[in-house]
Amino acid sequence: MHTNKTKWWGYFFIGPQLIGMLAFSLIPLVSALVLSFMDWDGFNSAKFVSLSNYIDQLSNDNFITALINTAYYTLLVVPVGIALALVVALGLNNVTGSNVYRVFYFMPVVTSSVSIGVIWMWLLNGDFGLINQLLSYVGIEGPNWLTDRKLVLPSIAMLSIWWGLGTNMVIFLAGLKGISKTFYEAADIDGASPLQKFRHITLPMLSPTTFFISITTIIGSFQVFDQTYVMTKGGPGKASYTVVYHIYDTAFGRFDFGASSAAAMILFIIILIFTLIQFLGSRKWVHYE
Amino acid sequence: MLHLLLIIGAIVMSGPFIWMFLSAVKPLDQIFAVPPKWIPEPFVWSNFIDSLKAMPFGKAYFNSFYISIIVVASQILTCSMAAYGFAKIKFPGSKVLFILFLSTMMVPMQVTLIPLYLIMDAIGWLNTHASIIIPSALFNAFGVFLLRQFIMGIPKEMEEAAIIDGANPFQVYVKVILPLIKPSLAAFGIFSFIGVWNNFIQPLTFLSSQELYTVPLLLSYFKGLYVTNWALMMAGATISVIPILVVYIIAQRQIIEGITLTGVKG
Repeated sequence: MHTNKTKWWGYFFIGPQLIGMLAFSLIPLVSALVLSFMDWDGFNSAKFVSLSNYIDQLSNDNFITALINTAYYTLLVVPVGIALALVVALGLNNVTGSNVYRVFYFMPVVTSSVSIGVIWMWLLNGDFGLINQLLSYVGIEGPNWLTDRKLVLPSIAMLSIWWGLGTNMVIFLAGLKGISKTFYEAADIDGASPLQKFRHITLPMLSPTTFFISITTIIGSFQVFDQTYVMTKGGPGKASYTVVYHIYDTAFGRFDFGASSAAAMILFIIILIFTLIQFLGSRKWVHYE
Repeated sequence: MLHLLLIIGAIVMSGPFIWMFLSAVKPLDQIFAVPPKWIPEPFVWSNFIDSLKAMPFGKAYFNSFYISIIVVASQILTCSMAAYGFAKIKFPGSKVLFILFLSTMMVPMQVTLIPLYLIMDAIGWLNTHASIIIPSALFNAFGVFLLRQFIMGIPKEMEEAAIIDGANPFQVYVKVILPLIKPSLAAFGIFSFIGVWNNFIQPLTFLSSQELYTVPLLLSYFKGLYVTNWALMMAGATISVIPILVVYIIAQRQIIEGITLTGVKG
């Protein structure tokens, strides 16, 4: 049916979301691009400055620090987070009562970043926090997790891994459920050990899932903000200053909207590259099946 | 053996919440006790009352609830409408528009935050709940995509019967499509509720009056003020966590399945 009448119905149905997309995503996106070429403090008139915001950002110490911190944080979160999620999913895959465990493992996922941040500030408190108290039982004097320059990002990475474990675990579980039993039966006939089965069946069959999870986790890690804002305000010094923190601080702390938009566009390009990798990789995904 | 490991894991995963709750009902001197006092003696329930008194948590609850409910209700309506339009109605430009919707999912929220702030400022919505409600209520590309997948799966025959009876597309949408995708709508609704409830950076950027604060925003502000009174802070954290955990426990099956389906964190 392609009559004039159904055409108008089509626009009617997508209308509200279309308006929303234009007003709250597309126009802001184009504005961000335009702003990134402007010098503007929000009060005086804007001035076109070509690429200088981008050049300034890429040679700006704060932005470089933020990029390095964010990359370091991502490197901490992604491998450990994925390995842990896989181990838990494997453990839950064929165990009775896995639904009950799932409830517990998934609990942090639904909790707001702010609540998580406040709870972990208490757990990580250097003097009275639970973690240091537990460490003292085995004779270790715990450090000041959030005020030590070297430990602050690993600490935030630790809570992020805990926070996101449930999501990745559940996706891994779905992936494991999708592997046909016949592969394992065939391997059993050949007398394969559990480790061989894991190495030669589970891991390769799960690779599309692993790939998907690593890309989404990387993209999520690039956008880390809430935890650092709530727990450390980017400190101590600039030790937990991340890219989004920089974007936020440049816009609403320094009122340099142009520079902030340029930093945001650079982040967007990075995310676009990883999304593209995911998209190209997903072709492999179809191939695998 | 496996069960033992999984139980230890479950304790690690839920432990922070238990410790939060236990700390919330401790007398202040026991909170700093070394070695730690696991079970408070006595339980100081008044920490909750003090915390509610110290900050307008009641108001923040109300704000969070009503914002979430409006956003979720309108997202269910507008996303399912758009999803139906894209899935079942042929009209010029539908493919291009759908691809446009999909592409916007790649745009990180932080990129549009500054222009959105300026737009809100220009139309006078800054420091009003409209700045939080309207953008989310009218736009959720992910919801459109998700619901479209479900509607695509509905066989043609189901609608055709209604069309032969003389129903127009709107009647088909209300009487055939919506009843059939009810479970998906419920899952999507819970999902979107968690997302809206937990939203932080937008309220942080757009709202400045304390009486407009949502629960996460108020908790973050509370943290700044009561940084040394940990019992009170843990009471505040508990207050902020309880509603979402209750929603989770009631709806955990749908939430977990919803996340499996989408692979996106709320």
